[in-house]
Amino acid sequence: MIKKKLHLSTLQLFLASLFLVFSMMGAQAQEDATTSDAESATPVEATPSESDTSGGNATQGEALFKANCASCHKLYKKAVGPALFEVTKRHDREWLYEWIKNSAALIATGDAEALAIYNEYNQSNMNAFPGLSNQDIDNILAYTDTPKPVATTAAPVDGEAAAGGGGTSSMTNNIVLGALALVLIVLIVVLFAVNTTLKRFATANGIQTEFEEEDRTERTPIWKAFVQNQFLVLVTAIFLLLASAYFVYGALMSVGVDQGYAPVQPIHYSHRIHAGVSQIDCKYCHSSARESKHSGIPSLNVCMNCHKSIAEVADGTYQEGIEEYGIDYNKEIQKLYSATGWSEDEQAFVGEEQPVRWVRIHNLPDLAYFNHAQHVTAGNIACQTCHGPVEEMEVMYQYSPLTMGWCINCHRETNVDLAGNGYYEEIHKELSEKRGGRQLTVADLGGIECGKCHY
Amino acid sequence: KEVDAKSNRSFQYFPNMYESVGYEAYQEGAIFPGNMEAQKPVDGTVSRGWMPYEYEDDNDGYASAKANLINPVPLTEDHLSNGQALYGIYCAICHGAKGNGVGYLVETEKILGVPSYDAREITEGSIYHVMYHGINYMGSYASQTSIEERWEIVHFVEALRADLMGVPR
Repeated sequence: MIKKKLHLSTLQLFLASLFLVFSMMGAQAQEDATTSDAESATPVEATPSESDTSGGNATQGEALFKANCASCHKLYKKAVGPALFEVTKRHDREWLYEWIKNSAALIATGDAEALAIYNEYNQSNMNAFPGLSNQDIDNILAYTDTPKPVATTAAPVDGEAAAGGGGTSSMTNNIVLGALALVLIVLIVVLFAVNTTLKRFATANGIQTEFEEEDRTERTPIWKAFVQNQFLVLVTAIFLLLASAYFVYGALMSVGVDQGYAPVQPIHYSHRIHAGVSQIDCKYCHSSARESKHSGIPSLNVCMNCHKSIAEVADGTYQEGIEEYGIDYNKEIQKLYSATGWSEDEQAFVGEEQPVRWVRIHNLPDLAYFNHAQHVTAGNIACQTCHGPVEEMEVMYQYSPLTMGWCINCHRETNVDLAGNGYYEEIHKELSEKRGGRQLTVADLGGIECGKCHY
Repeated sequence: KEVDAKSNRSFQYFPNMYESVGYEAYQEGAIFPGNMEAQKPVDGTVSRGWMPYEYEDDNDGYASAKANLINPVPLTEDHLSNGQALYGIYCAICHGAKGNGVGYLVETEKILGVPSYDAREITEGSIYHVMYHGINYMGSYASQTSIEERWEIVHFVEALRADLMGVPR
């Protein structure tokens, strides 16, 4: 067994000291991180006030409010019914109990306060809630007293913490980079030293290290050599001809093909948010795809079905819109309101209607007949098969080429959906005997005849 | 498959019959009032296969529809499954697939205050009435569904309500 003598070289010493410095810095950085976390954790976001004169529980009230009241009321904004913030200061608590449990009965008694509200809000009946106990109502009322959360209270604390964290981390980065540069310089110096030592060693041993330039013969330039080689010229000419044919043919084949067409629409409507994030069914808005030749653009009443109560997007969505797409989604919703004449303050359609001039993207020439209903309802073709991943499109574009070859291809490959369709019963029985059970494609049923699409 | 987006349409070579001579649905046309090809039919006219809805969009109409309106579509397996499919498209997004008022939009707190079907006293007449005219924040679904489809949805909503209340369908 050979024992090696333990001795530290200068390099080892250097590495060890470097390691020590790094580990200390790491510990410090960690310490920084924990302190900044602790700082940001201390001021918690404003909780709904628990202590109320009646002892209502605002947290429970919030759940009740969202389940029962939010369909007509908002806290800080007029909706179908009045804004409910601090409603306890406007009305007597006993009166509120009675009103919430059965407002119609209270109106019937001729209560002046009740009648005034009833008439102010277009005589729309508030639902009766006999199921709510006084305690429940107290909870809801406690929730309505929650002051509007001010976004600026929590944000600066986070911002400071983030900035502080960013500062320390960038400082650590600088130190690390400096250390790395130092190591690099040391390495270069070491390399030079090794090189000179080796050279000295070589000269001492009489090994030749410098070589002299030998005389070279004059060579012909490469283009002259190329021209002189006729075979190479021929091959290149053929290659160029083929390449130009390829590009000319490609250019001609793209005439009249609008794949990827994505014009700017008058309202920045995002399919990504509606069909993707919110998971709204395609046919919710494009309902005529089920029944009609046209899968129409939804009229604005369909927009207002939801946007009557959604005047602003969620904060996260808003930020995403600004940062990733440069779009203020809330302004786009306002465009919808001005098109329909909806007034948010009055919660009524008061303005002038102005239809939205959407730009149609998918255009077939008038000489072709295409029917959505028979593809969507009878054929059971998924929307994405032809229109692509619409639920991922922030801006709508044409996904498929919509050329005749594309149609025919699909008709040749797609099997007819025969299940549960009485129309095909006979033909299916007959043909399946004849062809030994092979599936029927659209082309088998005459789906690629001229008259089917071009009259 | 990657598709490059472009903001202009491609060249066309002799577009002889590309543009329609007749008027197509949804197109613009200078001769029409409001520049829209789609014009409203005259008030009070009745097209074949369609009947006007007789209950007014107010509290009296609601009460009267709730009391008197009867579902003319028979309750069959076909109608119920159609109703289920349509419910999935138009209603489930807010009211939930089970009708308990917790659809995806409610879960994500985009729309709030959707009641469960067993929380309110509703009849087939009132369900239809609300689908036709809408109520409060809910809009009308008369433009997206036909008369028969709405009654099919009514069948399915009643089935959901029975499930929620623990009553056999």
